[in-house]
Parts: sequence; C-alpha cells; structure tokens
Amino acid sequence: MANLIIEVSKYLLTICMVIYTVQSFAVFWKKSESAQEFLYLRQVLMILLIHFIAFMALYLKMAEQQLMFFWASQVLYLLTVQVMVRNLYPEASKLLLNNMCLLIAIGFIMITRLSYDQSIKQFQIIVVSSVLALFVPLIIRKWKFLQKGTWLYAIVGIGLLAAVAVLGQSSYGAKLSISIGPISIQPSEFVKIIFVFCIASMFAKASDFKQVVIATVLAAVHVLILVVSTDLGGALIFFSTYLMMLYAATRKPAYTMAGIAAGCVAAVFAYFLFSHVRVRVEIWRDPFASYEGSGYQIAQSLFAIGAGGWFGTGLFQGSPRMIPIVEQDFMFSAIAEEMGSIFCICLILIYLNCFMLFLNVAMGLRNKFYRIIGLGFGCMLTVQIFLTIGGAMKMIPSTGVTLPLISYGGSSVMSTLLMFFIIQGLYLIKEDEDEEIERARIYEQYQREYGNDSGQKQYGYPPAN
Amino acid sequence: MTWVFISMFLILCGYLVYFNVFKAEEINTNVYNTKQNDRKGDIQRGQILSADGEILAATTYDAEGTEQRVYPYGRIFSHVVGYYVNGKSGIEAKCDYDLTDSHISFLDQLEAAAKGQKVPGDNVYLTLDTNLQQAAYNALGAYNGAVVIMEASTGKILAMVSKPDFDPGSIAENWEILTADDAGSPLLNRATQGLYPPGSTFKILTTLAFMRQNPGYQDYVYDCVGYISKEDATITCYNGEAHGWEDLKSSFAHSCNSSFCNIGLELDNQNFIALCNDFGFNNSLPISYLEYSRSQFNLKSNSSYGEEMATAIGQGETLVSPMHMAMIVSAVANGGNMMAPYVIDHIQTAQGEAVKETTPNIYKQVMSADEAGVLTEYMRETVLSGTAKMLYNDTYSCAGKTGSAEYDNGQWQGTHSWFVGFTNVDNPDLVISVLVEDGGSGSSAAVPIAKQILDSYYYNYDNYYGQSTYYSDGYGY
Repeated sequence: MANLIIEVSKYLLTICMVIYTVQSFAVFWKKSESAQEFLYLRQVLMILLIHFIAFMALYLKMAEQQLMFFWASQVLYLLTVQVMVRNLYPEASKLLLNNMCLLIAIGFIMITRLSYDQSIKQFQIIVVSSVLALFVPLIIRKWKFLQKGTWLYAIVGIGLLAAVAVLGQSSYGAKLSISIGPISIQPSEFVKIIFVFCIASMFAKASDFKQVVIATVLAAVHVLILVVSTDLGGALIFFSTYLMMLYAATRKPAYTMAGIAAGCVAAVFAYFLFSHVRVRVEIWRDPFASYEGSGYQIAQSLFAIGAGGWFGTGLFQGSPRMIPIVEQDFMFSAIAEEMGSIFCICLILIYLNCFMLFLNVAMGLRNKFYRIIGLGFGCMLTVQIFLTIGGAMKMIPSTGVTLPLISYGGSSVMSTLLMFFIIQGLYLIKEDEDEEIERARIYEQYQREYGNDSGQKQYGYPPAN
Repeated sequence: MTWVFISMFLILCGYLVYFNVFKAEEINTNVYNTKQNDRKGDIQRGQILSADGEILAATTYDAEGTEQRVYPYGRIFSHVVGYYVNGKSGIEAKCDYDLTDSHISFLDQLEAAAKGQKVPGDNVYLTLDTNLQQAAYNALGAYNGAVVIMEASTGKILAMVSKPDFDPGSIAENWEILTADDAGSPLLNRATQGLYPPGSTFKILTTLAFMRQNPGYQDYVYDCVGYISKEDATITCYNGEAHGWEDLKSSFAHSCNSSFCNIGLELDNQNFIALCNDFGFNNSLPISYLEYSRSQFNLKSNSSYGEEMATAIGQGETLVSPMHMAMIVSAVANGGNMMAPYVIDHIQTAQGEAVKETTPNIYKQVMSADEAGVLTEYMRETVLSGTAKMLYNDTYSCAGKTGSAEYDNGQWQGTHSWFVGFTNVDNPDLVISVLVEDGGSGSSAAVPIAKQILDSYYYNYDNYYGQSTYYSDGYGY
C-alpha cells in the first residue's frame, strides 16, 4: 500500500511543480497588483503542498516518528521567513522569495531522503543563515559605504582563498575547506560574494583602460589561486562572472571576446598541464571506460537520471545513494531519479526565473555599483547551475559544484541565501531610486509652474547617488 | 548578452529532454547498470517469446514461492536469449529494462498491489522462428560455429545459432567451467561477436569492386594454371586445381583464387577500401539489441602485391562476423538495399497490448539494382555449376557463395568453412550465413549444413534430421 501511495505521490509532485513553474512565469503577464499578490499566495500553497506530499512519502518509508516534528518545524520555518520578509520589506520581490522557499523546501526533502542526520544539521544551518540574512537587505539599503571598500574586499577575498590553498584539507581531489574547531567551512563560497563586491566597486569608480587592467589582474589572481587549489568549477565561475561584469561596466564586446579567447587558451594549457583536468575530460568522453575507477560517479549519475525517466521512480523507490557524494555535487541526478525529468525541467526553469528576477532588478538600477552586483550574481548563479546540471547529465565535463539552495553544505547554502537577500536589498534600493526620481520629477514640475521667471537657476535635481 | 544566459538554461532543459528521448534506453541497458535489480521487487520479470509464441524464458514460482527463471528451450536459443545471473547477456541484458517495466493499466496495477501480487512485466517477442532455429541448431551438430538466417526483404532474424553453447538455466552452477580458458568461449555469440576471415565469400565484394572499376568486366578472361605468382608471393587455387580459361562469372562460380588474385592486383586500392567501408567494414553496424564486433578490412594504398592478392580472396587481415556476411548477402538479394537486421519483433504487456514494435528499416543502398542482379546471376551459377552444386534441387532455388578461410594464429592453424546465400532467387525469401570452425572447405561442411536447414524448411520436415533435443535440458514447462 505504501508503494502505491508513493507511486501516486510522484505524479502529484510533478503536477504541483508544473503548476508552480507556470505561475512563476505567469506573474510577468499579470498587471494588477492584487492579481499578482493572489498568485504569490497560491504559490506558497504549492510549496507547502509539495513539501507535505513528499514528507508523507518519506514518513511512509522511513517510519520515523520524529519526522512529523521535523516536517512541522520546516513548515514553521518557511512560514516565518515568508511573514518576516513580507512585513519587514514590503518592497522585496515576493516571487524571488517564493522561489527561494521552494528551492529550500526541495533541498529539505532530498537531503532528508538521502541522509536524515545530515538533514537536521542542514536545517539548523539554514535557520541560522536565514536569521542573519534577514538583516542583509537593510544593510544594503543603509550602508552606502559598501561601495568604497574595493581594496579591503580584494585583500580579504584573496587572503581567504590563499589560506585555503595553503592550509585547506583536500577532499575528492580539490582543496576546498578549512576547519575551525568542529566547524568546517568553504571560504570560496563566501569569497564569491566578496569578489562580486570588489569588482563592482572598482568599476563603479571608473571603467577606463587602466581600471580594467587593475580589475583583470585582481580577478586573475582569484582564478589562479582556485586553479592551484584544483577547484576548477570555482575557477570557471569566478572567471565567467568577471567577464560578465566587465562587459556590464564597459559595454565593450572586444574585452569580453579577448577574455573568452584567453579563457580558451588557458583551458588548453590546463588540459596539458594538469592531469586531473585530463581525467575529467576522459571521464566525460567515456565514463564506462574507467567504470571501476574515476568514471563510476558519472556513470551512476547517468544511470540515476535514466532510471527516473519523465516522472521518476518515486521517493525511496530509486537508489541515488549509489552516486558517490550525491548530496553535494549530484543532487540533480538524485532528484531526476526519484522525482523525474519533468520535475527537473521545472526546477531548471525556476532557476531561470530567479536569474530573470536578478537581471530585472539590476537593469532597473541607476547606481552602477548595485547594477553590476546584480548582473554579477545573476551570472554566477547561471554558470553554477550550468556546471552542476550539465556535469550531472554528462553534457559537459563534471566540475563538482553544488546545486544552489538544494545541495547539502553549510557554506554553500549560507552564501546563496545571502546572495538572494542581497538581491532583495537591491529591490529596496531600486524602490528608493524610483521614489527619488519621482520626487525630482514633481519638484521640477513645481518649479516650472510656480518658479520665478527671472532666469535664475534654481536648485535643480537633487544629486543622484 | 541576456539571451546567452537564458539560452544556457534552455540548453540544459533541451539536453535533459534529448537524454530522455534518445540516450536513456542505452543508459538503462548498459551492462554496468544495476538499477533494474531495484525494481525486481515489485515486478514479475516478463517473458521472452519466439515469433510463433513459444516461451523461451519465463519467471515462475515453485511451491515455496521461490522465484526462478526457466528456459524451456535450453541451449537452442542460449546466445540470443542470454542469461541473467552472474551478469547479463543477450536479450535478457538488452531488454532488461523492458522486461522489468510494466505497461499494464494503472487500475490493473492497483489491483495487483491490493492483492499483494507482483505486477507482470512486459513480454518481449523475438523474430526467431522455433522450427528454423531448431533445424539450424541440429544441422550445425557437433561443430563449433554459427548460423544466421534472415528474412531477405525485412532483415528479420529468423534463426541465430552459435556453438559451443550453454544452458542458460544452470549458468551459476557451471560458471567456472564455462569461463575456463580451454572451454572455447561458449558464452560468446559467434554469430555476431565472432570475427573470422571471410575466405572466398569475400569474392562477392571483390567482384563488385572489379565491376565498378571496369565497365567492360563481361569481357574479362583469365587462364588459370592452378596458381599465381607476383614477385615473391604465390597463391594457389584450392587443392592446386587448374581452372583453365574462364570469364568473371566462372571465376566466381569455381571460386578461382588465381583469377581473383589477378583481379586484386588490378584494383585501385583506395576505391576498394571505400567500397568495403561503405558495406560496414571498420564501422559500426545497424545491429540493435545484440552485442556485436566490428568487422575489419585493412588494405592500404601502398599494400604489397602479396597483401593485395590475399585481400582479394578474403584472406589477409580481413575479418568479418557471420551476421555481417548475412547483411552483405541480403543487399544482393534485395536489389542493393542492405536491411538493418532486427531480433525484437515487438514488446507487449501481459495482457497483449502493444508497447513497442520494430518496423523493417533499410540501412542503406550499397549497390545498384543492376549490380545486385549481376551478383545474383553469379551466385546462382555457383549453385548451378560451381562449388555449391549440392544445393541444386527442383523444390527451391538457391544462390550463394562458398568459402574456405584459412587461419593461422600462431598456435593453431586450419580452415573454416563458409556458405552464404539466399533462396527463392526470383523473389528472395531467406538469407543464410553458415560458418563452421575448422570445417575445411565450404562445400565439405557449410554447404551440407545449409542444405539440411533449407531442406527441413522447404520440405516441412519437422525435426527430420538429428537427435530430438526439443527439451534439451529436461525443463518441462
């Protein structure tokens, strides 16, 4: 009987996910604010429904009494985040908030299914991160001096990366984490944010040739340290994010082209210089040739996606644990196996939706610093998703990066949460800018109608940021 | 710029769809994939059946409810049907996914679940015909080798036998014996995976190459003295027989080595290589659901005279599987169209609703209808007056080519016996390819075996020849 309910649940999950995805794009066509608001609330309902159906299936299979409390506390968490953000920051994007909650809920479901112990730890980290992150939009709005910290960002960022390269523990062939007491953190996840701030503040000042050279050198140092630590995925993310920000700041395609060309040359060098790069490419070409060794992980990932088909096997009906370190780098394959490819396509589209929201706010900003930050984060998110999902499907060589907000890993989920809340902060800034423009417009109109005709210059615009 | 990023997401979605539509099946049937084992719990593995509805493999339960896989025809279908303990092979491996999948209606699945029964998996119907398979199995007798019979017009595989064979029902018990070094690789399906020098059967392609390069091929004449020498290489005709004056047709019918070596020396190697590659040598073949080996053809533009001569008569470094030879002959029988062979006729649910069906598929046109007509005439002559005279009879017409393929692998040397051909020459019916390891000349072993199979088919002899091995391993079903 339990199997039957799970069989039914997988179709329900797919249906809910498709509805949610359609809703998140339908918002763009809804003009009236009340209609949008209604849609957002129905989305929250869908999130809770997906979460409930999945936990019911998990409960049937795991028969763990605690699971009910776990479910209840997660629902409480999701509702609290919704209420807090909606009340503290009415100007924030509710769609982005919903997407974030959905991704976190899917993460809860999959990590609980894969490893109950880890899921409790992950839940704690997410709660703590969310409490911190709630302050972020306020900080972004108030602390305008964040624009000025160029060299501090550079020193902290490079310092952290260098520290990992020297002191870090090696796991699965890449030096990623540092242990401080019982806590192990992955500084590169946080350096991603610092890096974007660093480059944005640099280009906000100027974007002449000299500045481009300095910024490029700084970015190159970041990327090289990551390459030396054999964190290829990280290096690629930093590299492409930099190119995107460079283009956003200068609007000169020539720089980007030169960057891409340099990247290609570097990739060829890396291929011949580092054996682990060659290994990754070999696995990508034929994972079954080295099935007993290095190809095993990708082979299992493909088996998982294949076994899932369109609707998945249903929770606990597959064997995603056969993929080594599934809960970090191959979460996508686990979801594809048990929830199916349609669910996964929706998942990709929701990430696309997030990207569009990132871009939407960035494009509307007048302040160059914040605009470049928005674009940088959008690029970072996209590249990370492309690398992890493309790698899991063997579309591109696997580079071992996490699936944002879903994969297990405290540093990854915390930094992504911060990133999402920084974007919410940008929504506040946009609101402030719009208000200011509106005020200036009214002031000008007032001047035109009632100002004196003596030709004397009045105060004019309030200064822009 | 924005579109670059949006398209990255869409590429991911597109690739996932592509993966599910085009690659999932290959991944799901990968030999390393053990995911199917997970599903066994709820689904009763489907049956494998012959074209005439005989059960070749089925899962049954004994009194204690223990599951067991039985193979009523035992060794007769061993390589095609395969096994699925100690790894997987044959259809048991390639259709593993389908056998453990169930397309019965959702309500029926509910009903089975409610009753606590297992859901019956889908059944796989093969194209193999039990009578023909039986005849081929018996005819090959105690020889090692392989027989492939296809329907000429469709590429349907009607019989596929490989020996030495094994009993799929007792694989686990006999595993060590079967995989021992001196066992002669009984698990290998020689019909598709065995690679042999084609010997004189290859003269079909040499003849075609010669026809294409010499429009006046009908005027070709050669005086055979029993051997041919060019510089330090000498090649003799079979048993040193001197065939005297002959044209292309009689060279072919008598399988004259000297004449074909002479032709090989004249051929433009580049064109010959291109022709053989076009016929599937050194390439993957359109064989689905069966493990196969790629055939090899290794002539170079600067090969020596000796190599050129040996290659022209199917010796040299050329290697081919009996299945591939059958495909080449099917192109002759089919007016130049090479059919993609297939062994799965259809897959249906336990209740008989179709799930998948294979439709005949022309792989490619490898020669013109005129060329096929000339080769048919030559192959017919081989039966009328040449090396396959034994197959001449009043009931059914046959065209073919014999081969005696000498091999020397350093340790062993000997001669494999070949016959490839087709029946009902005016409206081709069956394509047959017989390979007998160490059978000597084509006419001494392979031709009599082909005759025995075809006679039993056309005279409707039910198991006329050979011992009765219907239930060879005592499985009453």
